[in-house]
Amino acid sequence: MLDADFFRRWLTTAAAAVDREADRLTELDSPIGDADHGSNLRRGFAAVTAAVEKEAPDTPGAVLMLAGRQLISTVGGASGPLYGTLLRRTGKALGDAAQVAETEFAQALRAGVDAVATLGGSAPGDKTMLDALLPGVDALSTSFAAACEAARQGALATVPLQARKGRASYLGERSVGHQDPGATSSALLFEALADTAAATKEASA
Amino acid sequence: MLINVAETVVADALRGMAAAHPELTVDVENRVVVRADAPVAGKVALVSGGGSGHEPLHGGFVGPGMLSAACPGEVFTSPVPDQMVRAAAAVDSGAGVLFVVKNYTGDVLNFDMAAELAEDEGIQVAKVLVNDDVAVTDSLYTAGRRGTGATLFVEKLAGAAAEAGMPLERVEAVARRVNDNSRSFGVALSPCSTPAKGSPTFDLPAGELELGVGIHGEPGRERRPMMTSGEIADFAVHAVLEDLDPRNPVLVLVNGMGATPLLELYGFNAEVQRVLGERGVAVARTLVGNYVTSLDMAGASVTLCQIDEELLRLWDAPVRTPALRWGM
Repeated sequence: MLDADFFRRWLTTAAAAVDREADRLTELDSPIGDADHGSNLRRGFAAVTAAVEKEAPDTPGAVLMLAGRQLISTVGGASGPLYGTLLRRTGKALGDAAQVAETEFAQALRAGVDAVATLGGSAPGDKTMLDALLPGVDALSTSFAAACEAARQGALATVPLQARKGRASYLGERSVGHQDPGATSSALLFEALADTAAATKEASA
Repeated sequence: MLINVAETVVADALRGMAAAHPELTVDVENRVVVRADAPVAGKVALVSGGGSGHEPLHGGFVGPGMLSAACPGEVFTSPVPDQMVRAAAAVDSGAGVLFVVKNYTGDVLNFDMAAELAEDEGIQVAKVLVNDDVAVTDSLYTAGRRGTGATLFVEKLAGAAAEAGMPLERVEAVARRVNDNSRSFGVALSPCSTPAKGSPTFDLPAGELELGVGIHGEPGRERRPMMTSGEIADFAVHAVLEDLDPRNPVLVLVNGMGATPLLELYGFNAEVQRVLGERGVAVARTLVGNYVTSLDMAGASVTLCQIDEELLRLWDAPVRTPALRWGM
């Protein structure tokens, strides 16, 4: 079972990963975006860490709702509303249970990913964060580690794609050959999730 | 770059704006620029916003006859819904608020969220999307036409409509009519550099130009060896007129991207007027200057807005903002 503490640690781990990889995300965002994905997400996840530590919500749903609200309020651009909606909708789907099973979380996260697709009006293959989120959430029924690997492969698989959404879409064919920064940061979330699960297992072993 | 550190450029600029313009209320912490006499009783309010780096858009257009408030985001990053809701609450007199939104994914998503939140607070909100950039030809596989120079026309003309006391649905209709009748085309002679990156965000070799560039350096239709001002005017005006067939006179905006001297912009305007004359397009009014910029990009854009008698009257109506001022 996963409790509020698990989700707090997930977000803190994600914030550390975003901070560590911020320059790389910005670098990926330079040829096909406007070179700010790393700095924008770093600002957002720093706010998430501060808020969940300060307010210490006591259910998984409340942790994710709070985190989503912070992202919407601090990131801006398209990634703020999209990541904010991902976490908020996932949190909402978890309700007010004090603990949730891994299968319940997988279902909730799927609702979050679906909400991202609806809000962004995007489909798989459009070269967006969805290209990492969907394979990640699909593999979550297997294990956290499998989800991490699937999301990472999904991000890598955006390289040959032509962007159809967001600012990269204006490049047309010139967007081919670049890894999508949004899919890359989405894979980081799954990586943080797998790391958190592994650390939990170690601690209880 | 003339900055302290990249992280504070927007806040620094807002502090400077506050010092220069006591007629505006500048909330540096929450990043909202509001005309100091807001809310104006009975008047519809106009709120716009977008990423910073396009100054004087939008904060420079706050004041009587134009915007009620502006929300500046980080450089080239849309502002967040909290800013827009705060702005709407500060300027709403009860007559409602019109959000003027440039068509970029981030701006659209954040303004949509803000509209929902503001409505929850009992504020009546209408939205108008500005998408005038004809350089984007493929709207099926892109995020659609970008909002550029026509934003100035929408904010000026709808602002005048609001100042004249029109109700929200009429102000919204004016804004929509202005956008529907406006088209733009931009050209870059050099790329721009964001403070965060410190170097050009796209690669444009010296001696080449990007035809159809966006105001964040988005690529356009094609890249060519340097052309003369007259050749660029031919290309840009023809691109606009492929998409807009004005039977009425037009407003002309010859807009600098940030690093092109006014000397060159006026020379370019002479060529734009020549082409319009050759194409039989009547010009009602012309504005030349740096209004919708792209940091330190060199280049220019041409925006045409087909008008009628009402829109011409609204254009000539008094306006008093930091960047646009006449008649009062």
